[in-house]
Amino acid sequence: MTVLETTGLTITLDGQPLVRDVSFGLAARDRVGLIGESGSGKSLTALALLGLLPPGMRTSGRILIDGDDHLGAPDRQWRRVRGRTVSIVFQEPLTALDPLMPVGRQIAGPLRLHQGLNRSDAERRAIEWCDRVHLPDPARLARALPHELSGGQRQRVALAMALACRPRVLIADEPTTALDVTVQAQILTLLDELIEETGVGLLFISHDLPVVAGLARHLLVMRTGRLVESGPVDDVLRRPRSDYARQLVASAARVTRLARPSVRREDR
Amino acid sequence: MFSYLIRRAAWLIGSLFVAGSAVFFLLRVLPGDPAVTLLAVGSSPDQIDAIRHQLGTDRPVLAQYGHWLGDLVTGNLGESLFTQLPVLDQIAGRLPVTVPLALSAFVLSIVVAVPIGVFAAVRRRGLLGVAVSTLAQLGIALPVFWVGIVVVWLVAVQWRALPPGGFPRTGWEDPGAALQSLVLPVATLTIAQGSVLVRYVRSATLDVLSQEYVRTARSLGYSLPRALWRHGPRNGAATVVQILGILLASSLLGTVVIESVFALPGLGSLLLAGVQARDLPIVQGTVFLMTATVLVTGLVVDVVQRLVDPRLRART
Amino acid sequence: MSTPLVEAVETIEALDTPARRRRGWRSPSFVVGAALLLAVLALALVSLVWSPYGPDHTDPAARLAGPSVQHWAGTDRLGRDQFTQLMLGARTAMWIGLASVAVAFVIGVPLGLLAAAAGRFAENAVVGVIDIVIAFPTLLLAMLLVTVYGASTAVAISAIGIGVSAEVARLTRISASRVFTQDYVLAARTCGTGPLMILVRHVLPNIWHTLLVQAALAFGIAVIAEASLSYLGLGTPPPAPSWGRMLQEAQSTVSVAPWNVLLPGLAVAVTVVGVNLLGDGLREVLDPQLRQERQAADR
Repeated sequence: MTVLETTGLTITLDGQPLVRDVSFGLAARDRVGLIGESGSGKSLTALALLGLLPPGMRTSGRILIDGDDHLGAPDRQWRRVRGRTVSIVFQEPLTALDPLMPVGRQIAGPLRLHQGLNRSDAERRAIEWCDRVHLPDPARLARALPHELSGGQRQRVALAMALACRPRVLIADEPTTALDVTVQAQILTLLDELIEETGVGLLFISHDLPVVAGLARHLLVMRTGRLVESGPVDDVLRRPRSDYARQLVASAARVTRLARPSVRREDR
Repeated sequence: MFSYLIRRAAWLIGSLFVAGSAVFFLLRVLPGDPAVTLLAVGSSPDQIDAIRHQLGTDRPVLAQYGHWLGDLVTGNLGESLFTQLPVLDQIAGRLPVTVPLALSAFVLSIVVAVPIGVFAAVRRRGLLGVAVSTLAQLGIALPVFWVGIVVVWLVAVQWRALPPGGFPRTGWEDPGAALQSLVLPVATLTIAQGSVLVRYVRSATLDVLSQEYVRTARSLGYSLPRALWRHGPRNGAATVVQILGILLASSLLGTVVIESVFALPGLGSLLLAGVQARDLPIVQGTVFLMTATVLVTGLVVDVVQRLVDPRLRART
Repeated sequence: MSTPLVEAVETIEALDTPARRRRGWRSPSFVVGAALLLAVLALALVSLVWSPYGPDHTDPAARLAGPSVQHWAGTDRLGRDQFTQLMLGARTAMWIGLASVAVAFVIGVPLGLLAAAAGRFAENAVVGVIDIVIAFPTLLLAMLLVTVYGASTAVAISAIGIGVSAEVARLTRISASRVFTQDYVLAARTCGTGPLMILVRHVLPNIWHTLLVQAALAFGIAVIAEASLSYLGLGTPPPAPSWGRMLQEAQSTVSVAPWNVLLPGLAVAVTVVGVNLLGDGLREVLDPQLRQERQAADR
């Protein structure tokens, strides 16, 4: 059952279209990957799905959340779904978190906002979430400030914040791009776990095909604002229909293949 | 934190030293014999010598300098050339006017300007927000003494609601009359300071609004005003505290002009009279004291900033 | 008279939304600001060759008269034509404003560049000095100088110039430091480019627009400072006209001749608002390219 659906989404700035006629849907437990280069409009699409586009941009089409069209809706209407039905995690957790507020309190925030918990209950739940995202020594870490944590730990906090009120759809906009490769893998594993545990549907946005391909079941490819390919992961990777998707897959394969031959040579 | 306090206090003493020296040298070592400029043309050499002796300029410069520094430490600011009274006493006598004036304007500016500034930032596209910003621009451009004159004209002369100036002879013994004389001066200074503060708060709020953590809060369901309230004050506080230090210094200096407009017997008018009469000890002492106040305020601001933002503590 | 306060506001003026268009020369702030400033400048320049009456001309019979055909802005308590005085006051304001800003930049920019370019020790020393000078307010400096040298245009220019130079030095140092940390400067240094060449080729082209905006705003500060000093009797001495002194003289007769107070005040306001709008407009005009690049990178 589709939780989030967009039809014919178009975003323009000063008459210039940045996103053109994008349509797709997301249900609980879905794993959808959105691939595109910088400037393809994927981040704008993500923001539009939460009604968080910067002022000055115009949108048209439909954004259905639980069946209700939210496109152009007043902020009041959006607030009812943000954090509760749909959530988002951003690329750089250092700037996405309040630098002067302990992380535990930041996680507790949405719990108090949406579920009306009192301070101590919310704090307790926040520590539980810290544990759930595998933060070491959760009770102590919850009192730390963002700059005292590592990049990977900060992103775990961001995930906890986004999932605290159990939304049914999570949008992850380049969540691992700013992290080291080893940490990337850990976060991807964590995402996998969380999807299984909470049943949330995931929209994973990235420019990195290998990363997305590992996690996603369905793939969307965007280029200069348009959706050029859409299909199950294996289909898109093995039998890409559009030229662009073919290029992407070939380039990704070439880049990952380059690493292996030199390793083999050194082995001898 | 403690070691920082020690270091900062040492810096303060250093700057007080530099300020005191600057005041001394600007008045003495630059070309122009103060004694000669003080007296009218045609004074007898004896009179000039007498002044020189009183000022101490008949001694070598370094000796004078040492004397001045020693005096500073003991709190002796010399005697006025014209009234022969100790400078410190004269200054003390003026404080009951200037201190309430400066402090009230300072507090009132904050109370008025902060909400207006935040409003102007949040509603910057609306008509009211633009109107507020424009008014603030105007407030900055109009000289404070002009505002004072207009205020006096409207309130004191046309409507006769409050006294046009002056301060009761009896000082604060009659608090009602004293307060009445301060209402217009405080209001004028508040308008001038408030305008600048509105623009500053507006900028700081815009800065916070553009931060990503505000976007994160909104993505979790917070409304913009609530997100601002949750994250704004703590993050904006560091820069705002800095401006408050400057604001306090500004209020103090503003009293010089305000006291002239409203004929108030405060520190500012003492300084002005000293400058006009070329009363060196008065000018020296008052300028040094005002500068010292500004420097001390700077120290307090620094300490408060570090208390507010723990990240500053991590760097030395 | 709150130089440090106004300067602090300008330096952290946050920029508006990311989706702002490129206005080019059609920025309303720039146009309006330039128009206002040019109007005042025109008044000042015209006064060099013509004014309704001579600067010392008095008409004792028509003292404190209101605006009329003979006296467009009325007369003051000595019977002098106020419009003439306003024009001549404009000349004083423009001249002192320009001279003070020039002094401030001649002192401040090299100091700032030196602090940014030299090693850490020199930088800390200069920063320390700047901080102390900033704490030493322009007004007090002016009063000290007047005590020694007496009130004059030169003293006013020096005091205001030195006072503003501290903030100019601070801004220059911060802007130049930012450029120094850029990769292209590092690349230039590894090529062996001397510090002077770096300054000329890389630093100045990148900071001149910030400094230009600052100059516009500093001009406004200088005009208000001059008016304040003249009001207190510490600025341009008579008979040279000054808006500030016009206000001081008109204060006692405000109930009888309010226009003598309103007009000089408006003159100052128009000049300062004009120059502030010009500064804001310049910032919009000169920075959009940088902002657009930043926006593109964000997406």
